[in-house]
Amino acid sequence: MTEPALLSVEGVAVDLPTPRGNLRAVDRVDLQVGAGRTLGVVGESGCGKTMLSRAILQLLPKKAKLSGRVMFDGRDLASLDPESLRKLRGRSLAVVFQDPMTSLNPVLTIGTQLIETLQEHLELDSHAARQRSTELLAAVGIPAPEQRLTQYPHQLSGGMRQRVAIAIALSCEPKLLIADEPTTALDVTIQAQILDLLAREQRRRHMAMILITHDLGVVAGRTDEVAVMYAGRVVERAPTPALFKKMRMPYTEALLAAIPKLDAAPHTPLPAISGRPPDPTRSLKGCSFSPRCRYAAGSCYQEKPALAGSDAPDHQYACFHPIGAAAGIHA
Amino acid sequence: MFGFVARRLLYLVPVLVAVSLLTFLIASLLPGDLAYVILGDQATPDKVAALRHDMGLDQPIWWRYLSWLGHVLEGDFGRSFRTGQTVLQAVSERLPVSLELMFLAELGALAIGIPLAIACAVRSGSAFDRFMTGSAFSMLSMPAFLSAILLIYLFAVELRWLPATGYVPFEEDPIGNLRCFVLPALTLALGEWPVLMRVLRSDMIATLQEDYIAMARAKGLKPSRILLVHALKPSSLTLVTVTGINIGRLIGGTVIVESVFALPGIGRLLLGAIYTRDLVILQGVVLFVACGYVLMNFIVDMLYAVLDPRIRHGHA
Repeated sequence: MTEPALLSVEGVAVDLPTPRGNLRAVDRVDLQVGAGRTLGVVGESGCGKTMLSRAILQLLPKKAKLSGRVMFDGRDLASLDPESLRKLRGRSLAVVFQDPMTSLNPVLTIGTQLIETLQEHLELDSHAARQRSTELLAAVGIPAPEQRLTQYPHQLSGGMRQRVAIAIALSCEPKLLIADEPTTALDVTIQAQILDLLAREQRRRHMAMILITHDLGVVAGRTDEVAVMYAGRVVERAPTPALFKKMRMPYTEALLAAIPKLDAAPHTPLPAISGRPPDPTRSLKGCSFSPRCRYAAGSCYQEKPALAGSDAPDHQYACFHPIGAAAGIHA
Repeated sequence: MFGFVARRLLYLVPVLVAVSLLTFLIASLLPGDLAYVILGDQATPDKVAALRHDMGLDQPIWWRYLSWLGHVLEGDFGRSFRTGQTVLQAVSERLPVSLELMFLAELGALAIGIPLAIACAVRSGSAFDRFMTGSAFSMLSMPAFLSAILLIYLFAVELRWLPATGYVPFEEDPIGNLRCFVLPALTLALGEWPVLMRVLRSDMIATLQEDYIAMARAKGLKPSRILLVHALKPSSLTLVTVTGINIGRLIGGTVIVESVFALPGIGRLLLGAIYTRDLVILQGVVLFVACGYVLMNFIVDMLYAVLDPRIRHGHA
């Protein structure tokens, strides 16, 4: 990466106190996103991807403890005072949440929710803000945008609401957009539309984007780089084409295999990943994927593999027995 | 919206009929014949029978109810046989006092309860929150007559800032009028803010967990706007209900507070009617108070629709 990264997550860890003990939701994650670039963060439910996005936004639950640095545009968000942070959020750092049914305020009109963001960050009078809101709604593909301004979220479908959420996120031309599973709560037919909309607006505005999903298929054509997370850690990271050409981490492979295929013969069993992710309140001695891994042996149960580079440029993975290697590289 | 209001208004009809029936039955079934009450225990049976006939007391009860209801619908609630005053006169004389007391008490309770509820919800679980929740609970268990006496002792006897009892009409002396309402309104407010605070606090804590609050934070809105616009409005449905019930209750005046502070409100009118067995006044006032209560609940329903568009559009 030649230009300095817009966002640089350095050794970020999130600890949540629970009745059963400390839960390490995110475990020393390092990530970079350059201006105008797209990073996909992939992992199954509970792997810490949402906590990571909340850590970047500094919107963690009150009890959560964050360590590490989140450098955004040359400033460490973790040490920023609330007021400067507030001026950054919504302005240059925006987010689209997973469920548009709950992320819009049910008692405020679409117009209010759009206009308040615009007026908070940009010096706009109410007429100009209204004008711009209409344009934004039109840009995200909402028909009759003028009328939508006076409507409430419950009068819109899920897909429309997510478009509104995207319009709000885009309203102040952010430098970085975090899309946290933006299509998980939507109908399959709407998913592709929303993802294409995000990709189009991202390119048009030359905005950086972090696309968080549990679906490797979603990031395939739409991201520059992919980070695969498992049990709070990044276990494989590579430019998207390189990852799909030659994935090294058995977890990534298993994740891809678990996507149903259209051309599979009827009644083919879906190769789901057996078992469940490890209990995050208990630290595992070896590789956290080892109990579920087909390739695990010996050292996998003894120590954690580090995220390290390989023969390919920018391709990192945390595995003793990567796919394609005859024998374990570190073992 | 019009359909919604019309539907709600229609629901009121059976409720009001039931209210009038119950009111009439309670007054009729009270022990003691009205004719004896009026004529005294020296009356001859002939006189009693004649009066009973004049008053229609010898008619069957359903007939008496219908004829009373007919008069009520014409605006004739009856006349006190003691003072000769009509029910309407008596109520309209006392009502402004009770309404002013109710208004000031609710204002006070909301002014104390809302800010404290927000402050507690924001810091839920903190020492401040625990202290305030605890104080609210102890205030809640303090009876009105006790806080009334304590307030009188502090502000009227010791500090001599406010009158202990008495009433000055607003037209004569607006300032003096307000001064004599401060302590009674405060007494009522002290009993009420803990309830308002507790319901709003718990609703607000739940609302602050919602995704749309995280979204509002992510939009970089000012904390005051997040709390007062994004969180308070959706959290205030229970608050509105409780406030509405309180207002409905206070329309009927408060017997204890009006008696302690010697305010000529509805509560004391009712109390007097009970003491003197003035059943016509009693019946009329109870009907009036019950209607006020029903009306207040109707207004609360309307406020729900104002606060939550989903109710307005029939989605909830």
